[in-house]
Amino acid sequence: MKAPTLAAGLFLATQASAQTLTVYAPDYFTSEWGPGPRIEELFEAQCACELEFKPGDLLPRLMLEGDRTEADVVIGLNTDVTKKARESGLFAPHGVDLSGLTLPIEWTDDVFLPFNYGHTAFVYDTTRLDAPASFDALLNAPDDLRLVIQDPRSSISGLALVLWVQSVYGDKAQEAWEKLAPKIVTVTKGWSESYGLFTDGEADMVLSYTTSPAYHIIAEDDETKKAAIFPEGHYFMVELAAKVASTDEPELAQQFMDFILSHDFQSMIATGNWSIPAALDKSEWPEGFQKLDLPDTVLFYSEDEAAALRDQAIEAWRAGLSQ
Amino acid sequence: MARRSFAIIAGLALAACTLGPILAVLVRAGGFGQISAADWQAVRFTLVQAALSAGFSVACGWPVARALARRRFPGRGLLVTLMGAPFILPVIVAVMGLIAVFGQNGLVNAGLGALGLPKLDIYGLHGVVLAHVFFNLPLATRMMLQAELAIPSERFRLAASLGLTPRAYFRLIEWPLILRIAPGAFAVIFVICLTSFAVALTLGGGPRATTVELAIFQAMRFEFDLGRAAMLSLIQLALALSAGLVALKLSRWDGFGLGRGRAVARWDGRGRLGRSIDGLAVMLAAAFLLVPLGAVIWKGLPGLALLGSDTARAALHSLMVALGSTALCLAWALPLATRRGELWALSAIALSPLVLGAGLFLLLRPWVNPLDWALPVTGLVNALMALPFALRILRPEAEAVTRDFGRLRATLRLTSWAWFRLVWLPRLRRPLGFAGGLTAALAMGDLGVIALFADPDRVTLPLQVYRLMGAYRMEAAAGAALLLLMCSLALFWLFDRGGRVGADV
Amino acid sequence: MLTFDKVAVAMDQGALNADFSVQAGRRVAVLGPSGAGKSTLLDAVAGFRRIDSGALSWAGTEITQRAPEQRPVSILFQDGNLFPHLSVARNLGLALRPDGGRADARKVEDALERVGLGGYGARMPGTLSGGQQGRAALARVLLMARPVILLDEPFAALGPALKAEMLALVSEVADRLGALVMMVTHDPRDAQRFADDVVLVAEGVAQAPVACDLFFADPPKAFRAYLG
Repeated sequence: MKAPTLAAGLFLATQASAQTLTVYAPDYFTSEWGPGPRIEELFEAQCACELEFKPGDLLPRLMLEGDRTEADVVIGLNTDVTKKARESGLFAPHGVDLSGLTLPIEWTDDVFLPFNYGHTAFVYDTTRLDAPASFDALLNAPDDLRLVIQDPRSSISGLALVLWVQSVYGDKAQEAWEKLAPKIVTVTKGWSESYGLFTDGEADMVLSYTTSPAYHIIAEDDETKKAAIFPEGHYFMVELAAKVASTDEPELAQQFMDFILSHDFQSMIATGNWSIPAALDKSEWPEGFQKLDLPDTVLFYSEDEAAALRDQAIEAWRAGLSQ
Repeated sequence: MARRSFAIIAGLALAACTLGPILAVLVRAGGFGQISAADWQAVRFTLVQAALSAGFSVACGWPVARALARRRFPGRGLLVTLMGAPFILPVIVAVMGLIAVFGQNGLVNAGLGALGLPKLDIYGLHGVVLAHVFFNLPLATRMMLQAELAIPSERFRLAASLGLTPRAYFRLIEWPLILRIAPGAFAVIFVICLTSFAVALTLGGGPRATTVELAIFQAMRFEFDLGRAAMLSLIQLALALSAGLVALKLSRWDGFGLGRGRAVARWDGRGRLGRSIDGLAVMLAAAFLLVPLGAVIWKGLPGLALLGSDTARAALHSLMVALGSTALCLAWALPLATRRGELWALSAIALSPLVLGAGLFLLLRPWVNPLDWALPVTGLVNALMALPFALRILRPEAEAVTRDFGRLRATLRLTSWAWFRLVWLPRLRRPLGFAGGLTAALAMGDLGVIALFADPDRVTLPLQVYRLMGAYRMEAAAGAALLLLMCSLALFWLFDRGGRVGADV
Repeated sequence: MLTFDKVAVAMDQGALNADFSVQAGRRVAVLGPSGAGKSTLLDAVAGFRRIDSGALSWAGTEITQRAPEQRPVSILFQDGNLFPHLSVARNLGLALRPDGGRADARKVEDALERVGLGGYGARMPGTLSGGQQGRAALARVLLMARPVILLDEPFAALGPALKAEMLALVSEVADRLGALVMMVTHDPRDAQRFADDVVLVAEGVAQAPVACDLFFADPPKAFRAYLG
């Protein structure tokens, strides 16, 4: 890491006190409805230490800080940044036994540890719409079907969508986008704006996750929101944690990594983060999650494949929607 | 001499806060990045939408300002305050309000549907412009209203006694005023719209509506290409400064005489035509601005009950930030209330908050833990972002004070401090109140650079709105948005009112 | 003695030249057609206009380059002589304490009484009549106690009786201070009533002062043209 200034180079001391584990997490993690407070409570009970969340932009901040970061662990990364993150050399192997994973795909990464997952899906309101039975059916649906999606350049779910289309349609991705274009009401910066438009009735379907209906079932007792399941398959979205190589609390950090796949953590994360636990048998999922419609086919690009296809997939999206 | 050194200090601080972060990012990146063809396309779209938005805001703001200046009707003061609200709304809330009115299931389409007319589609360039006019019409109106109120009453009496035709009246009185105010108003709004991102994207309807700020976001967050981000933000800055230069060049800043500052009786526009034009302008503007606000309130009311103590805490943090930003911004603005100062300050709003945040982060990090500085940095950045607005409001009046009383000051041998305390501040009370209210409200609603500096214990209210939405709690988010709206409006009202009470001497 | 030594001041059209002296303590009327440069002459003395060439000196000291606040001059403008947001007493106090500090209230009240405004200290300027505003401004000139008083038609808007009264007051103030008064006016009667000397400003030249009775006994050609 190049030091930006001479003074920066002189400032090497980390500020974490001996008993504190510093965890960088996305902002939503630490709100009172996010999983952060529960994680903190559970982990502090077993480690006799202080867990401190520092929420915010994960990777940009880490990259700016370089190896002088005070983070010991990072939680909430997505597969779209793992390649950059891995190349930065900032992370150390997690050293956790992966045999307990219950992901729908095989996962052998020794640096990035999954803690929950979901799939991209179009969520709709059953009282307003009969869902198309397949991705093809969606493309060929009448143009008055109204869909909101997210921008692949500013949102992780938006990026997953273009990769999804890429993996289903390959070279025909642009044509697929052209067929979809008239149905797309608009493209938003992030997931929140899209979902807001959907709940306001501005759109019939929204790009979200297969797990979104679980929130409505569990928190609102509302079973009218469903994810349309397509036989072509759904793109896999996983959230990851990783240990920072320069940590000054290696044991605590390791303890936290082990904690992630523990039963305590896994049985809380479903309703904590509205996602499917990465290492928990379906029979132990909360009831609302057991009711979810989940795809049989799961699509996923390795980070190298995704990196190679990303620009092409975004370009197909842009070209298809700019017609 | 003292004033001069204050001006130099303030100017240096401004340069350090705008260019410093970009330089820091550039140094960290090791040079500039590559700009793609798509980026240039984004530049073009950005320019087109910003120019259209600024043009419509100013063109529509004029009749409204004139009507408000020459009419007295019950509720006028309240209307003026309320109409300022869209400008200080957080983007996401405002977009929701607009969609509730102009969207697929909105009021307008419900009306059109009832009449059997085809539906209106808000998404596209026109949607972007509509939203930007919604945000900025209040600003344009207020700036021009302020100028209208500064016209000395003698001028109206003269015009009335000459029996000027409406045409001559326009040419002799209104057109010079438009020439004086409109270019500056246009430039400010143009620059605001340059950095638009979420609005442009959401209402633009797709990738055609890509702005430079989106490209910066992509470079920062996804590609971590700091060089490209810095390059793009310099392009943005250059566009803003050019706009500012052109505006300064075009506008005529000749003396407009000694205004007494009190409400002025006017004799123009008393005919039936004038009255109906004014009535129409006020009613249309009020409907355009207030109905979406009403939708925000309507949607937010049930959510208010769902808000917990941490939302209250977030509101408190935001209030602290807002008050700090206001004090800093006004202290910063007073010595910079000159042409050059205003031009430089214009660059502050054109600065990408993302690049600014990253740069400040890099600058602060060797010395302190940036996270401990989340609120002060947010306060500083908000003050910086509000500085151009404060100057736009203050400068003409500051110049008028100097012009009207500068010679008296000299002949009395007033010291700088006496001049500042006894003349400058009291004479500028009204614009200071307005600028302070605007700054406070803007700081209240701004998400700014907080993303890099987020601190779980010091969440601000706008961030809380996003958090609630991210946790599927759309109803509570609407409630928090309403709370935010109320806080912003209350701050604005208090400052603006404070500036006006007893100032009509 | 106020000395104009080949002074030239740029105007919108051409320049104004002056090359003469006026004695301390005299009362001088500056007469001439509109736009000839009467106010320009006063502004040059007060320091509001740059002197392009030549030298201006007071009592043997050159003041050509001095800033307005460093000149031995108090000036009354056509309007805007009082800060409208400060009370009369506060306005007057500034003459004694230019740093805005608390001025001696007795001196202020004295000055007000001297111009017939006793008890008006707490009033705001906007609540006074035009004549009263003029008196208040004169009271301030009294307090400023500078050896040169410049009047740029401050009483032009007043009625004849009121104006005569004000001019008498100016004389009184000037006598009390022993000050040189230069007053711009376009009314020859003002000059006759008030002035010792007349400076005629016409055709780009401010002519040397001429005793008032001599001036009106045999008016210069340029002045006859002005009177019509």
